[in-house]
Amino acid sequence: MSAPTRRQIFETRQRRRANGIAAASTCAVLVSVVLLVPLAPGWEAVQRSFFNAEVFANTFPGLLNAFLLDVAIFAWCAPLIAALGLLVALARDLRTPALYPVRLLAIAYTDVFRGLPVILVIYLIGFGIPGLGLPRPWNSPYIWGSLALILVYAAYVAEVIRSGIESIHQSQRAAALSLGLSGADTMRFVILPQALRRVVPANMNLFVALQKDVALLSFIGPVEIFRQAGVYKSLMANFTPYVGAAIIFLAITIPATRYADYLMNITRRTQS
Amino acid sequence: MPTLSLHDVRKSFGGNRVLDGIDLTVRTGEMICLIGASGSGKSTLLRCMNLLEPIDDGRILLDGADISEPGLDPQPIRARIGMVFQSYNLFPHMSALDNVMLAPRRVRGLTREALRGPCAALFERFGLSDRMAHYPDQLSGGQQQRVAIIRALAMEPEIMLFDEITSALDPELVGEVLDVLRDLRGTGMTMVLATHEMGFARDLADRICFLDQGRICEEGPPSEIFSRPREARTRAFLSRVLQGGMAG
Repeated sequence: MSAPTRRQIFETRQRRRANGIAAASTCAVLVSVVLLVPLAPGWEAVQRSFFNAEVFANTFPGLLNAFLLDVAIFAWCAPLIAALGLLVALARDLRTPALYPVRLLAIAYTDVFRGLPVILVIYLIGFGIPGLGLPRPWNSPYIWGSLALILVYAAYVAEVIRSGIESIHQSQRAAALSLGLSGADTMRFVILPQALRRVVPANMNLFVALQKDVALLSFIGPVEIFRQAGVYKSLMANFTPYVGAAIIFLAITIPATRYADYLMNITRRTQS
Repeated sequence: MPTLSLHDVRKSFGGNRVLDGIDLTVRTGEMICLIGASGSGKSTLLRCMNLLEPIDDGRILLDGADISEPGLDPQPIRARIGMVFQSYNLFPHMSALDNVMLAPRRVRGLTREALRGPCAALFERFGLSDRMAHYPDQLSGGQQQRVAIIRALAMEPEIMLFDEITSALDPELVGEVLDVLRDLRGTGMTMVLATHEMGFARDLADRICFLDQGRICEEGPPSEIFSRPREARTRAFLSRVLQGGMAG
């Protein structure tokens, strides 16, 4: 390799300097946290009730087991959300006059369910519908709680898909129509495949949020991880199980979020 | 026999009058080049011929039938008229071959098996046999534009419209696309081109139409338009463009 240019020498020095400063300031912050926080008057009590190693070891397997229920609820909700979201996104673009009510319904649906707190929808549907006096198994909170999640998240997914459809350049439509393709075929074969690919990262973020919001179903019954942590907390008079639950959530959501960001970067690069 | 004829065609976008009474007849086997400054209405005229833009007033007749009738289903008409765009507009999520096969499969109801032979022959004819499985972003601009032409030809159109199809290409790629047009011209395809390639227009067109402010200001055989333009505006336009880059 040839000798570095003046510019390269300069940049190498700059980079070393920047890394040095970043390392020093990070160390300073960490050291002060480690030294100062235990000096707080309540630290020992907090450590005992939130970071108790013994409680953690005893409850962690049970929490993991309860988390399987969160995963299962996620697993049956996700495909239904994707399907409903796609249908609603397509319904919002209907231009046939006879189908105007469908379009209106789709618009009202996305407005309503994006405008409500998730927990409120879960309460209204999860307590309201079984309250009609439905027989078993139709009064199960699993069914109605899942339906609440599906309705809320499909509204968001529909908006994301619609933004994807609108992001496809008009020239693609013109090219498809100029070949004699129908409007439906143009959507199905030309616009939608490109739009869906483009919104994968945005939808991934929604599904990460869904995995977290599954915990809200605990308010209407199912003993999933959040509820299980609450049970342990009461049994042991200790908050450490909540920390354990948090760790389990993060183990899933951080990699998934990072992956979504990575996909988003790729899309951005290929589009520019 | 006249194939496509336009009578007093008018089109505005908002308050902007883009086509202001166009009369034009395209005869079978004829090649017409539309020239004129940017914004003179060339692209809009082509898009109206293909019913991509509805016209405000006037008539467009295809083989004597009024295709500009409001409320008419434009699909079967568009299938008979091929169009190639300045920016290629290939479908980026499909291979070159799938780009070409999509419309014949969906519109003409042909199977992949039935299409394989004819499509391969088209790729062969335009020197792209080894590019059928490639995706658009793996092809050069010139190759993409040739695939776009093949895609339009696969519908076996009666007329082909070309909207400044070499304007987005690097200069060294223009030749290969013009060669395709020459080849098509040789087969007697009816063609209407909006173009800035004056040399090409002079050599191959049957007729040149000079558009200015949404009207056909002057039309005639290339020998007349380029050598003895009657209108002052034609002369001004030609001297402007010929000065710039007619060397090639």
